[in-house]
Amino acid sequence: MARVASRSGVRRLWAAMRPERGRLAFAALLGFIAAASTVALMGTSGWLISRAAEMPPVLALSVAAVLVRAFALSRSFFRYVERIVGHDAAFRGLTGLRVAVYERLDVLAPVGLARFSRGDLLARLVADVDAAMDLPLRVVLPWAQAALVSVGTVVFMAWLIPGAGAVVGLALLAGLVAVPWVVARIAARAEARIAPMRGQVSGAVVADLDGCAELLAFGAVDASVAHVRTLDRELTAVARREAAGLGLGVGVSVLVQGAAVIGSLLVAIPAVTSGRLAPVWLAVAALVPLAAYDVIASLPNSALAYQRVRAAAGRLDDVLDAQPPVEDPPRPRPLPERAATLECRDLVARWDPSGPPTLRGVGFAVGPGERVAVVGPSGSGKSTLAAVLLAFLSYDDGVAELEGVPISELAGDDVRRRVCLLTQSAHVFDTTLRDNLRLGKPDADDGELVAILDRVRLGGWLASLPDGLGTELGPRGSTLSGGERQRLALARLLLADRPVVVLDEPTEHLDPLTADAVTADLLQATEGRATVYITHRLSGIERVDRIYVLDAGRVQAVGTHEALLSRGGWYADRWQEERDRVS
Amino acid sequence: MRPLDPRLLRYARSTRGFLILAVGLGAVIAALVILQARLLSSVIVEVAQGRADLASVGAALLALAGVIAARALVSWIAEAAAYRTSARAKEELRDATLAHVLALGPAGPAGRDPGAIATVITRGVDALDAYYARYLPQLILAVIVPVAVLLTVAGQDILSAVIIAVTLPLIPVFMILIGLYTRARVDRQWETLSRLSGHFLDLVAGLPTLKILGRARLQAQAIRAIGERYRTTTMGVLRITFLSSFALELLASLSVALVAVTIGVRLVEGQVDFSTALFVLVLAPEAYLPIRLVGQHFHAAAEGLGAAQQVFEYLDETPPVPGGAVPPPAGCVVFVEDVGVTYAGRSLPALLPSSLAVLPGSIVALVGPSGCGKSTLLSVLLGFVAPSCGRVRLAPSHGAGDLEAVDLEIGDPAAVDPAAVDLGAVDLRAWRATIGWVPQSPMLLSPDTPAPTVVEAVRLGDPRADLETVRRALSDAGVLEEIEALPRGLDTVLAEDGAGLSAGQRRRVALARALVRQPAILLLDEPTAALDGATEGAVIECLLRERARGAAVVVVAHRPAIVEIADTVVRVGAQPAATGAPAGQEPTSDRELTTAESLAQAATRGTLTGSDF
Repeated sequence: MARVASRSGVRRLWAAMRPERGRLAFAALLGFIAAASTVALMGTSGWLISRAAEMPPVLALSVAAVLVRAFALSRSFFRYVERIVGHDAAFRGLTGLRVAVYERLDVLAPVGLARFSRGDLLARLVADVDAAMDLPLRVVLPWAQAALVSVGTVVFMAWLIPGAGAVVGLALLAGLVAVPWVVARIAARAEARIAPMRGQVSGAVVADLDGCAELLAFGAVDASVAHVRTLDRELTAVARREAAGLGLGVGVSVLVQGAAVIGSLLVAIPAVTSGRLAPVWLAVAALVPLAAYDVIASLPNSALAYQRVRAAAGRLDDVLDAQPPVEDPPRPRPLPERAATLECRDLVARWDPSGPPTLRGVGFAVGPGERVAVVGPSGSGKSTLAAVLLAFLSYDDGVAELEGVPISELAGDDVRRRVCLLTQSAHVFDTTLRDNLRLGKPDADDGELVAILDRVRLGGWLASLPDGLGTELGPRGSTLSGGERQRLALARLLLADRPVVVLDEPTEHLDPLTADAVTADLLQATEGRATVYITHRLSGIERVDRIYVLDAGRVQAVGTHEALLSRGGWYADRWQEERDRVS
Repeated sequence: MRPLDPRLLRYARSTRGFLILAVGLGAVIAALVILQARLLSSVIVEVAQGRADLASVGAALLALAGVIAARALVSWIAEAAAYRTSARAKEELRDATLAHVLALGPAGPAGRDPGAIATVITRGVDALDAYYARYLPQLILAVIVPVAVLLTVAGQDILSAVIIAVTLPLIPVFMILIGLYTRARVDRQWETLSRLSGHFLDLVAGLPTLKILGRARLQAQAIRAIGERYRTTTMGVLRITFLSSFALELLASLSVALVAVTIGVRLVEGQVDFSTALFVLVLAPEAYLPIRLVGQHFHAAAEGLGAAQQVFEYLDETPPVPGGAVPPPAGCVVFVEDVGVTYAGRSLPALLPSSLAVLPGSIVALVGPSGCGKSTLLSVLLGFVAPSCGRVRLAPSHGAGDLEAVDLEIGDPAAVDPAAVDLGAVDLRAWRATIGWVPQSPMLLSPDTPAPTVVEAVRLGDPRADLETVRRALSDAGVLEEIEALPRGLDTVLAEDGAGLSAGQRRRVALARALVRQPAILLLDEPTAALDGATEGAVIECLLRERARGAAVVVVAHRPAIVEIADTVVRVGAQPAATGAPAGQEPTSDRELTTAESLAQAATRGTLTGSDF
């Protein structure tokens, strides 16, 4: 798998398919037999007819007649087996690639993947991985078979008459390499001209859709549709100009095929008239190149498929070749027993490795059973702090310690055996409620699961489920409301039973009423654990032991709710503002 | 999947002309294929039987080259025409979809998932290229060429024609039979399959969660195991589905073999001549080739048709409020009667039944906790969202008489003003033309440019407004001085993300945009959020001026300053929430009124401002 990780572009995809090269070679061989049968069927039939025209005894034709039927059968049989073997190998390769990609993503997640957290981008990433299937099925196998058949055809034609071998060889070479290359080049150039126009149209479409409500309210829908139409007309005009180039493929193939047949005849006809070639072979000399070219006529499509695979591989590189946001130390220190204290001093860290620091010297501490809050406007560095505490992100300077041991000297998985995190986007897996909960504690029995659901106030919800703990929650937990989802995620964390709990904006996507209720329950359910509550909403945090006010990567103030209110500043302003909004 | 969706002909009209052209070109290609076979076989026969040498078949070879060149040319024309049609068809689909989706409003697909629509109608429909350029012409050839070949062969040799005539129809028959036989099995496995294929995406999306729980590494093994199951299940399906192409190939090659062997035997017996035999042999595979190619292009076509299918789904959606042809009464009174909204698929209502009356020359403040449906109520008034219960009616204003009208309505719901019309029956375009709306987070945009200037953004309210009118609107909204102080003043360009102006300035530019159209009804959603005291005062002044002008003002308010100037305060969704929201969370204000009280107060106010009319 290391090979998959270290390569880039199409080589990476091929590296994943390499373990299957034996099966793929077998598929190529089967495909070759099928394709060769096609050519042989036409050649033998031509010979049969030509020989029959000489009116020999019927027996003289029996071998050819048997061969014709045999080739007809073997063509379809071997094609069927080839497709089965080829697909089987491609699926095996795909599984290997998925594992390799997953292992790489595991190293990057979550900070290194933050850019890709949107659902459609992830779906695109996964689709790009799946596109690797096209590499063996639509690129490599068709080409390998076409090349093998071409070699066979040329050898046969050269045996028949050397000159015809050369002519047919040239035509097939053009069909194997030149035609697909030209077609792919034309397509790439057309795409380069069309893409910016398409981008313009797409931008205008997105702007209109985003502003839909306003356009409708202000009666401007017709005008904006007309504007997009003007841009779209330009796009269509460019696309129509490119049509002549894009449509060349089939025509060129027909021409090259014709050239092969006529070229072969031009060599074979004088050979027949001069007696160097028996007349029965003339039909063969014409029909074999005709059939052989049909085998390679689909290669331009393979060239286009290759371009798509390459584009997908390029997009994968963007994700997979990113620098990991943190790496485990070569020799991690053992995890201290009963670790439940986190402390940071002068902590400097950056979310984006090439950006400015998002934490600029933060001091912070939470001890066993203590409850602290970290508040501040968005962009103040709150999520960076959470990422450092979870060993998801390395820090540049200062110290971040778990029970006195620097986090950077511990293995990330060990840190997360003591510290856990609840975010706004905890994932609900497309499986049963029971399996989702057991991710927190694999050996938990049903009684334990029910008890924990009661504790996060999902008991009533559980009772309403048709299949209880066995209920399927659907893709991305689509059957759950936002509040239910966060409570479920909390239940999972409580099952995992970590001494330190970090809550990072856990109520961000919830409406205010639900958010308040969830906040209260979160803080109640985590009672007794060291808890770090990160939020920009102040509602519900009055009773924590200590509040850190973060701004622009620095701690601006620390204190209790009352102390911060009397001090004034961001905290007091924000508190007042939230109270105003409630009425 | 239907090979040619009739809706494609309806929405992409250029498809029709292309179909006719493709049929014509297909016929030409069929003729050329037959001619090519004729020339090729005659050249071979003449030379093989010693009747001709290279010089004497020169003309025939030249003709053959000409036919091949013509075939290449026609193929090129056909494919280029296909790409040209595809470009036009995509434009037609985009145009129809965009216009339709925008008309559906923010409660339709444009509000639910604008990214998905944009992807489908830009990148998605690009897959139609393959459909037009490869699949559709091949489909037509697959009908024309086999028939033409069959007729030609029949004219030469009846037995060969019979072999082809028997096997050709067998291809679709076998494919259908295999399809029917295997459908049950395939369907059974399909659910497992789609489940398994979503599994990898599920794990990748859940990676952060797995990592937090320390389960990420273990899942790599699960991916391998699931991948294996996916492979075996898929291969089970493919073994069956590949059978149909196996049948196709087998029939095609066996019948060619059969033609070759039978005609060879009869050739020995002298029943047919060499020239006929070779001609039939060269021609026979051509009958099957287009059908095989259709199968090859099926995948690419399915992708394009899939995107088109998606587009048609958008086009088939009907607007939430259909609207009618009744012109809205001028300067009307709006009665909102027990209007509640519950979105499809949601268990909790977005707006609990609420009632209020909006009179010309009055200010109604909507209050209530976030999420209680204040913005939804504005969407109902704009005709973006249909009430799930209750109704909105528009009655002509009778000036001072509005008071009595309101009294009547409250006292006796049956006493309906005969001139009142339901909002659902009103010409929505004309209705919206009377409204000035300031949404919660306004988008400053212009239909003509992605990055409008301040002036262009205000002109969305009234495209005919001259510069002086725009300046006055900005001044009324209390933002003119701040804009003029910017380096480029009124010509400041507003980038897509709104860079260039502060949030407060954007809000007031949006207010100016609403004012510039001199609306009969002003709908404002938290117009003073993010404003400091002084600018808030300017906005309040503005609302008072609008009331004096006779506009009906409905304002969603959080701040006390706005609630204080309101003639009526309506607490939206005042009934206790079904979820059992914690009691005492919402501080009550002494200005809070029940619905009935608010209507009565609106009526009182009506007497005061009625004189303005």
